[in-house]
Amino acid sequence: MRKMLSLTALIGGLVAASTAQADITIGFVTSLSGPGSSIGIPYGRGIQAAMEYKNEVNGEKIKLIQLDDGSDPSAATRNARKLIEEEKVDLLIGTATAPSTIAMMAVATELKVPMIAVSPVIGQPNPADQWGISVPQPASLLVKVVADRMKRDAMKNIGYIGFSDAWGDLVYNGAKAVETDDGIKVLTNERYARVDTSVTGQILKVLAVRPDAVLIGGSGTQGALPLLALGERGFKGKTYGTVALVNPDFVRVGGKAAEGIQVSAGPVIVAEQLPDNHFAKKLALDFRAAFLKANNVPTTDGFSAYSFDGWMIFTSAAARALKTAKPGTVEFRKAMRDEILNTRELSGVHAVYNFKPGAYHGVDERALVIVRLNNGAWTYQP
Amino acid sequence: MTADIAAILAIDGIATGAVYALVAIGTVLIFTVTRVIFIPFGDIAAFTALTLAALDARQLPGTVGLVVVLACMACVMEVISLARTGELRAVPKAVLGYLVLPLIVVGIVWLTMRFNPPMPVRIVLALLLIMPISPLLDRIVFRPIADASVLLLLTVSVALHFALVGLGLLFFGPEGVRTEPLTSMAMEIAGVHVSGQTILILAAALVFSGLLFLFFDFTLVGKALRATALNRTGARLMGIRPARAGTIAYLLGSLMAGVSGILIAPVNTIFYDSGFLLGLKAFVGAIVGGMASYPGAALGAFGVGIIESFASFQSSTLKDVIVFSLLIPVLLWRSLASHHSEEEVEE
Repeated sequence: MRKMLSLTALIGGLVAASTAQADITIGFVTSLSGPGSSIGIPYGRGIQAAMEYKNEVNGEKIKLIQLDDGSDPSAATRNARKLIEEEKVDLLIGTATAPSTIAMMAVATELKVPMIAVSPVIGQPNPADQWGISVPQPASLLVKVVADRMKRDAMKNIGYIGFSDAWGDLVYNGAKAVETDDGIKVLTNERYARVDTSVTGQILKVLAVRPDAVLIGGSGTQGALPLLALGERGFKGKTYGTVALVNPDFVRVGGKAAEGIQVSAGPVIVAEQLPDNHFAKKLALDFRAAFLKANNVPTTDGFSAYSFDGWMIFTSAAARALKTAKPGTVEFRKAMRDEILNTRELSGVHAVYNFKPGAYHGVDERALVIVRLNNGAWTYQP
Repeated sequence: MTADIAAILAIDGIATGAVYALVAIGTVLIFTVTRVIFIPFGDIAAFTALTLAALDARQLPGTVGLVVVLACMACVMEVISLARTGELRAVPKAVLGYLVLPLIVVGIVWLTMRFNPPMPVRIVLALLLIMPISPLLDRIVFRPIADASVLLLLTVSVALHFALVGLGLLFFGPEGVRTEPLTSMAMEIAGVHVSGQTILILAAALVFSGLLFLFFDFTLVGKALRATALNRTGARLMGIRPARAGTIAYLLGSLMAGVSGILIAPVNTIFYDSGFLLGLKAFVGAIVGGMASYPGAALGAFGVGIIESFASFQSSTLKDVIVFSLLIPVLLWRSLASHHSEEEVEE
């Protein structure tokens, strides 16, 4: 229905504005089905909110084509090819899972179409042949910000417990990187698997070093397991984590044990609590209003905001690219790429973006705030 | 490692071991009666937890779909096989057993859910829903190859586990669940804090081991099951039906997997694929008991739980490696110490 409406509006717009011969065409891929759908659906809603917020650049209409990849990298590859070769899109945006995003990025690079990734992309692009950027905060930054906060809170001895997988390694190495002789020291490296039923042994080991604080390198619901065990043992110190923990189930399962944990997260999570001079405050509230208008439900997650920021990056680059080329041409694609990589100090709802050739990510520490769990709600901790 | 830490780890290990023990006893039960090493056992436990969580959330659990699909398949297979052997008179009975009974169970759950039943009733409903799954799988998958070698049955069992994990994703979705604690009481035993949940798990393991012992030694059905386990052909000559014995074993086994699933649901987040590791560790325990003795399997499972608990303290990254490495010395000792029976030579 919504698609029909926007199509009708689009056709109406076409008839009315005879000058807008060439619309800017955007190909958007997300996971509306499959295991990635729990974050793919919010990504789709975020794009709808962004269309609601801004649906033209310099008077040129924007045409959006959305496809589902079913959380499958090969489907994402097919979708990317179809969008570029048949629909002649000027830009790709996608998708919910990292493997599919990387697959799309390969197609975009091969066919020389700019791409804005809304999932993290790992690695170093070749600056001469870089066609894509990635919106979310990289994991290393998430950990660095929370580790800096531990330092600021004058925590000295840190106990670490995390997943026995790549994510656990990433958080541990990130915490190790900010160790100093007089500042924080990470004294334990305990691990548990996502399917474990008990972490009593690991927690005893952590408590044996008498830590001032414990850092959790888990995610989602299972991230609450160490907190529950710490609560059972009567641990009175502080606890820290990353945005990977933030979901309603974590709060529900953790209950009293999770109370007071501090995590690093994008500012949009606590938009209404930000000070008025914060870069994300006004835009985040506008985003929430647009989201409500477009989807008839309030936003509850940080994922839809990545799509919204992707849209901000695209519209600001398109405004500059339109001065040199017409949409639908090879020159416009190239101009778009150059202008996206030329983004300077652009405020979104998650971060202030600065892109340059040679790196996928373009965010700095302003992209993260520390939030604390108080009585089951996340509150801003300046 | 001080004495208190050792005590805490031991209690924790015993609690984990008790869950493994329930699953291990069920595995041995099914193996001795049907010679099937039932790998999907852990999945049944995980599905029970997911079912209970869905009932808690006032939703119709995905298990309903699973049971209905399996019941239809089993019924069709049974009717076809009866038609082939010309025993058409047995068809109504087969339809009643394989299709109507499971559907009645589903109907009971569906009706009871409308009255927002309390926690104990929900637990019973979850167990009722999970009970038909194993016997139906037995009819669909294992009955046609009942006389095959143990190795073939094991291979099919592993394949079945992967099919069930896929179905689990389809029916329950990718999100993990955790249910409300069954009890919030706690006590101090010799200065160590023990939660009520731990005591419940232990009690359940002991009660079930005891009941099984009584069942096999003092009831006619139990003796018939033992006879089938010892010698299928001989039992048949004495008027015992191996197929029925298998169904009873699967029902009992499912009940135990279901109980263990309900016991771990409050202490851990269960995903659709959490069952495999649980089943595997219970299997290690059962191997220690030689896949033949219930007390042996229970002791082995407690041993696995305790070793896992101490390993998680000593070296948490290598915990599972340590647990599974245990298998090697045990298997060596078993194969050197045991005499190969005539039956295995025939296979």
